[in-house]
Amino acid sequence: MIGLEAVYLLMGVMLAGIAIVNLLDRPDAKRYNKTMFWGIYAITFLLGTHLPDFVNGCLVIGMVLVSSIGGLGRGAAESATREERAASAKRWGNKLFVPALIIPAVTLLGTSTFKDIRIHGVALVDPAQVTVISLGLATVVALAVGMAMLRAPAAAPIQEARRLMDSVGWAAVLPQMLAALGALFALAGVGQVVSTLVNRWIPLDTAIVVVITYAVGMALFTIVMGNAFAAFPVMTAGIGLPLIVTRFGGDPAIMASIGMLSGYCGTLMTPMAANFNIVPAALLELPDENAVIKVQIPTGLILLVVNILLMYFLVFRY
Amino acid sequence: MLTLLGVLVVIIGFALRLNALLVVTCAGIVTGLAGGLSLHDVIAAFGKAFTLNRYVAIVWMVLPVIGLLERSGLKERARDMISRIEAATTGRVLMAYLAIRQITAALGLTSLGGHPQMVRPLIAPMAEGIAESRFGDLPMPTRYLIRAHAAATDNIGVFFGEDIFIAIGSILLIRGFLAQSGINVEPTTLAKWSVPTAVSAFVIHSTRLAMLDRKLKRELSAPAGPSSPTHGLAPLPGEPGSAQ
Repeated sequence: MIGLEAVYLLMGVMLAGIAIVNLLDRPDAKRYNKTMFWGIYAITFLLGTHLPDFVNGCLVIGMVLVSSIGGLGRGAAESATREERAASAKRWGNKLFVPALIIPAVTLLGTSTFKDIRIHGVALVDPAQVTVISLGLATVVALAVGMAMLRAPAAAPIQEARRLMDSVGWAAVLPQMLAALGALFALAGVGQVVSTLVNRWIPLDTAIVVVITYAVGMALFTIVMGNAFAAFPVMTAGIGLPLIVTRFGGDPAIMASIGMLSGYCGTLMTPMAANFNIVPAALLELPDENAVIKVQIPTGLILLVVNILLMYFLVFRY
Repeated sequence: MLTLLGVLVVIIGFALRLNALLVVTCAGIVTGLAGGLSLHDVIAAFGKAFTLNRYVAIVWMVLPVIGLLERSGLKERARDMISRIEAATTGRVLMAYLAIRQITAALGLTSLGGHPQMVRPLIAPMAEGIAESRFGDLPMPTRYLIRAHAAATDNIGVFFGEDIFIAIGSILLIRGFLAQSGINVEPTTLAKWSVPTAVSAFVIHSTRLAMLDRKLKRELSAPAGPSSPTHGLAPLPGEPGSAQ
C-alpha cells in the first residue's frame, strides 16, 4: 500500500536537494544557515516517523533558532533573464501550460479513482490520504512531462525549487508550526477557558445577542487559532447548542452551516492562517507580509455581517 | 486563566512583527508550561504534532516543476495570452477565477486551485499582465496590490464554495460534532444552508473587484494624461476608493 510515508520520502529528498544547492552556492553569505534550515527540515521528513517525539521537537526548535537568530537572508535571483524567458515563451507557446495543468488534472483523477483500486483486496493507496498522495504523484508526473518536453539540464528542477523555496523562506514551515500550536492549545484546554469567559461576561438573553455572539465568537476564535475547525466545537458546545438551539429553538443545521462560514470570515483576517494568508504573500514576493490579509478584511467583515443577518432570519424560521 | 498566556504571546508577537516561527514556538512552550506540562513534555508534544502535520507541506512538491516552467517563460506566456482578450480587465479576470474556484470547490474539486500551483504561475501574472497591457508599465505598489488581490480571490473562492460539497472536511466535522450531541443532520441539509453565504460572498467580492478596476483606471490612466484626456476622471481628493 502506498501511504503518506512514500510522499514524505520524496519531499525529504527534495528538501535535502535544496539544502545541497544552497551549500554549493559560495557567494551566498547566508548559505550555511539555509543549508542547516532546509537540511533539518529534510530530516523531519526522511526520519521523522521513526524518531522519538522529543528529538523531533528539538529538531523543530533548531530550525526556529537558525531562522530567527541566524537569519535566512534573501532568496536567489532569477536564473533566466527576462529576454530569455520571453523568447522561450514565444517558442513553446501554450504548450507551457500542459505540465502546469497536469498537476490539478492528475490530482483530481487520483482523488477520484485511487479509492477503488485494490490489489488482492488491499487498497493500492491509503484511502484516508488519497488527496495528498495524488498531489504528490501529480507533481512527479508533471515534472517528468516538463523535463521531457523542455529538455532542460538535469539539475534545473532542483535549482529552480531552491530559488522558489528560498523566496518563501521560513514562512513555508509556518502552517505546520501553527498546526502544532493548535494541538498544544487543545492539550492545555484553551477552548474551555474562552467559552467560560464568554458565558460569564456577555448577557445572552435575547436571540439577536446570542446569534451575534456565536457568529462573532466563531470569527474571533478563528482569528486567534487560525482555524475555524478549532473554533467550531468550542463555540458550538459553549453557545450554539445550549442557547440558539435549546433555549431559543433554532435549527441546528442552519446554525452550524452559517456558524462555520462565519469562522471562515475570521480565517480571511488572521496571520495565524498562514498557509492562506502569509505564505502567498511570500510566494508572490510582496514586501508587506500582511498584504493579502489587508485586501481580504473588507470582504471578511461585510460577509460576517451578512452571515449574522442570514442566521438571525433563517435559524428560527425553519 | 493562565492557559490564555500563550494566546497573549501570539497577539503581542504578531503585533510587534517578530519572527513568526519564534513567536509560535514561544507561545506553544508558554501554553504547555501554563497547562502543567514539563518542558520535556512540551517539546515532545510539539515534535509529535509537527510530525503528524507534515502533510500540510506536501504542496511544496510542486515547486520543481513550477520553477522549471517559470524558467521557460510560463508567466510571460500567461500574460501574453490574457492580454489578447479585448474585454479582459484585472477585475474581470479575477471575477472569472472567483466563479470557477467557487463552482469547482462546490463540486469537491478543491485541489483545482491553490497559491503555488495556480496563483503564482498563472492567475497573478494574468491579472498583472492585463493591467500592464492597458496602462503601460505599472508602479510596484500597484503590482503588489494586484497580486494580493489574486491571492485573496483564490482564498475567498475556495472558502465559500467548498461547504456546498457534501464530503468536505468541514461538513464531516459539523455532522460528527452534532451527532455526538444527539442531533442527526444530513450532509445535504448542511450543504444547502451554505448556499446563501456562498452567493453573498460572490456578490460582495465581485463588487470589490469591480471597484479595483475603477481604482486602477482612475490612478493609472490620469497621470498618463496628455495622450488620452478622455480616459478616466481625475481622482477626487479624499475619495474612499482605495478599498483598503
